[in-house]
Amino acid sequence: MVASARSKQIWLATLGVPLLLLSLYPLQQSIAEKKESIAEQQQELLLRSGKLLKKLSLGYDSLLADIYWTRTVQYNGGILERGESDFSLLAPLLDVTTDLDPRLDVAYQYGAIFLSEKVPAGAGRPDQATALVRKGIALNPTNWRLYYNLGFVYYWYLRDYKQASQTFWEGSKVPGALPWMGAMAAHIAETGGSRDTSRFMWSQIYESTQDVTVRANALAHLQVLRTQDDLDLLKTFIETYKKRTGHAPTSVQDLANAGLLLSVPQDPGGYVYVLDANGEPAVDPQSPMAERVRDWSGRK
Amino acid sequence: MGTPAIEIEGLTKDYAVGFWRKRTRRALDGLTFQVREGEVFGFLGPNGAGKTTTLKLLMGLIFPTSGTARIRGRSIDDVEMHREIGFLPEQPYFYDYLTARELLDYSARFFRFTEADRRERVTRFLERVGLSAAADVQLRRFSKGMLQRVGIAQAILHDPQVIFLDEPTSGLDPVGRREVRDIILDLQRQGRTVFFSTHILPDAEVLCDRVAVLVGGKLQGVGTPQEIVSIEVQGMEILFELPAGRSVPGALAGRVTPSGVAYRLEVPEAELYDAITQLRAAEARILSVTQLKPTLEDYFFRLVGRETAPSYAVEVANK
Amino acid sequence: MSSVPLFVAVNTFRESVRDRVLYNLIFFALLMMAAAVLVGQISIGIERLVIINLGLSAISLLGLVMSVFIGVGLVYKEIEKRTLYSILAKPVRRWEFLAGKYLGLLLTLAINTALMTLGLFLALLYVDRAIGRADAHILLAVYFILLEFALVTALALFFSCFSTPILSTLYTLGLYVAGMFASDLRDAGALSSSGAVKAVTSVLYYALPNFSNFNVIGATAHGDPIPISLVWQNTAYAAIYILALLLAASAVFSNRNLK
Repeated sequence: MVASARSKQIWLATLGVPLLLLSLYPLQQSIAEKKESIAEQQQELLLRSGKLLKKLSLGYDSLLADIYWTRTVQYNGGILERGESDFSLLAPLLDVTTDLDPRLDVAYQYGAIFLSEKVPAGAGRPDQATALVRKGIALNPTNWRLYYNLGFVYYWYLRDYKQASQTFWEGSKVPGALPWMGAMAAHIAETGGSRDTSRFMWSQIYESTQDVTVRANALAHLQVLRTQDDLDLLKTFIETYKKRTGHAPTSVQDLANAGLLLSVPQDPGGYVYVLDANGEPAVDPQSPMAERVRDWSGRK
Repeated sequence: MGTPAIEIEGLTKDYAVGFWRKRTRRALDGLTFQVREGEVFGFLGPNGAGKTTTLKLLMGLIFPTSGTARIRGRSIDDVEMHREIGFLPEQPYFYDYLTARELLDYSARFFRFTEADRRERVTRFLERVGLSAAADVQLRRFSKGMLQRVGIAQAILHDPQVIFLDEPTSGLDPVGRREVRDIILDLQRQGRTVFFSTHILPDAEVLCDRVAVLVGGKLQGVGTPQEIVSIEVQGMEILFELPAGRSVPGALAGRVTPSGVAYRLEVPEAELYDAITQLRAAEARILSVTQLKPTLEDYFFRLVGRETAPSYAVEVANK
Repeated sequence: MSSVPLFVAVNTFRESVRDRVLYNLIFFALLMMAAAVLVGQISIGIERLVIINLGLSAISLLGLVMSVFIGVGLVYKEIEKRTLYSILAKPVRRWEFLAGKYLGLLLTLAINTALMTLGLFLALLYVDRAIGRADAHILLAVYFILLEFALVTALALFFSCFSTPILSTLYTLGLYVAGMFASDLRDAGALSSSGAVKAVTSVLYYALPNFSNFNVIGATAHGDPIPISLVWQNTAYAAIYILALLLAASAVFSNRNLK
């Protein structure tokens, strides 16, 4: 080849290649958009066949489980962060993950909580949660913590105290179960739902997990419980005030002035408590706790 | 005469050919001959004649359809017999990631040498084939001539009694060919038997005590190069110059051809002196007088020309 | 007993080392180890689980790729490149040469695996800040993986004696996958009403190399102990199957007319 023909080739490539690659950019975007709509359906298809996936993984099922677990956490975390409400893939993802590695404890606990939580804190499907954990118990009969997770769903989300007590009782019989499982079973059987019990359970979850999302959720619940405790306490102080002064207080500050409180207490959101239109203690409407207490009230 | 160095009896090799492997092609047909101890023996034939096939059979790389062969009295099936032989394949391939020294060391390990002995041999034979300088260069960087030399070294470093060389000089430049020839002569001086195949006939003429000629898988003849060619002196060739102004004597003119600035005349031996007298009368200056003998090449062309059924060019595929 | 297989093995190992493909694989493996540490950051609470899963899976997969791709060329390359010509002219039996090639590749795999296992332990050390006795199980899992390599290599070597690399790769990988599904095959056959199908699937189950025997990655990641009896049994299974394959390979190779 003549030298000029050779250098022509180089020029052509230097100019042409970047141009061609650049032109791919808009094309790729349009392709990606089209594919996204297909992707959701494809995911559905793939996800339903956890057992098949296990077979296809040729012995690498444990690793695949970890990969699916990571996807699950990212999926759920993403929805929670964006405040969306469509959790439809959560149960299938958890199902596939536990098909691939039935002994992945963290998945059961995660599922128990986030499948049961009301939208938008979770999928709002405690039925899926119990199904998942029951599957886990069937595959891991010696894991007492799974009974705890199941019992918790019955207790807190389904308010089925009979089932909850039963589950805790069965769990307490598993070798290695911590003693309070039996105590819990008895307590729930006697008194049904109580704030003490709830507080204990959420504390258990908070302390036993290293998952950031789970911890945040547990903490939120504990804060609500504390708020409710605070409100109950304020009610008793209001009664005491009425007895002493013969009339109702007009603000929480009155209680402090009367020496019943050291200072006006704050809710976990940092806002001071107020009295509502009926003179009942309430959370400051501007506090983030207000909405949470409203959503989660009715649960003791 | 003691045990022959090489004894081949009715050696035959058929190949199954065709898509369904139904037809057979006979690459070697009833080969029978012997090589004496201490001989330098040439195995001649055109490409595809079956020379490499014969060598592969002797080395145990392929197995005969029928027939037997013995080397120094031991069957070619006997693995221990290989202690006494050396082999240089055609277009030698060695592990190109090894250096020359490493390859020779590896080759030497197949024999029961002590470590000291092995190291000494590797150095000695590197020197012998002139590769001392390139001893630690990887074989993938070697030229063909150098590879050939490594090949010879690995073939002889265990002092074998019988050495087999497949086309040892093909593809080499004149210097390389000279070196190979010297090594072969050296081996002969040591009393070893050398069996080599070649299609370069001048080499065979110069080196061999005896030759065998193979065409189309069949042995055409065995004997000394002269016997094969059967001495027929074809005549005499005279080269001469003419001084300016002089012309060729008329009687000879028809048989004179120009050869550069000189002239060439071919006459039967009986007419030699007569021709010289005539030339001298013409004041020609005689440059040389040579006896024209037929060469193996002439024999070959006659022989191969006679062959009507050409054999498959199997050996071409190997190149 | 001749030492031919040993120095042929060393030479085969040397070839792998000088063949730069090996270095790339090691680099890739180290990369995986780094990835394992990163992934562990995401999957909080199960870092150990993930690292062991990822590490052992990487060791297994990479070694398998090496066993197959180098294995199918072990004999084929020597025949194609005619390097065998000068070797077989020496006092060496064909089976000795075969044994040497096999051992050489095993040596390569063993060393490669050792390096990657070291990487795995380093990653665990980083996460756990200590190596406990429980980590000894990982060594057993690696040993099983090595057994797997030995078996796959023997398969590849066998095919290498008479088939081209592409076909040999297909056969070897095909048998590997079939071996993984062997028990499913038998279970499926058991459901069938035909006696012939039952018999065939049963025979296949026993005849196919059962690679799932060697897979303890998940169990090791969860910290389960591996019963000693399984160690002996798997070793015996591998040894017997390998011996059978090497005998078959030797028979084929010893009777093969080289080009």
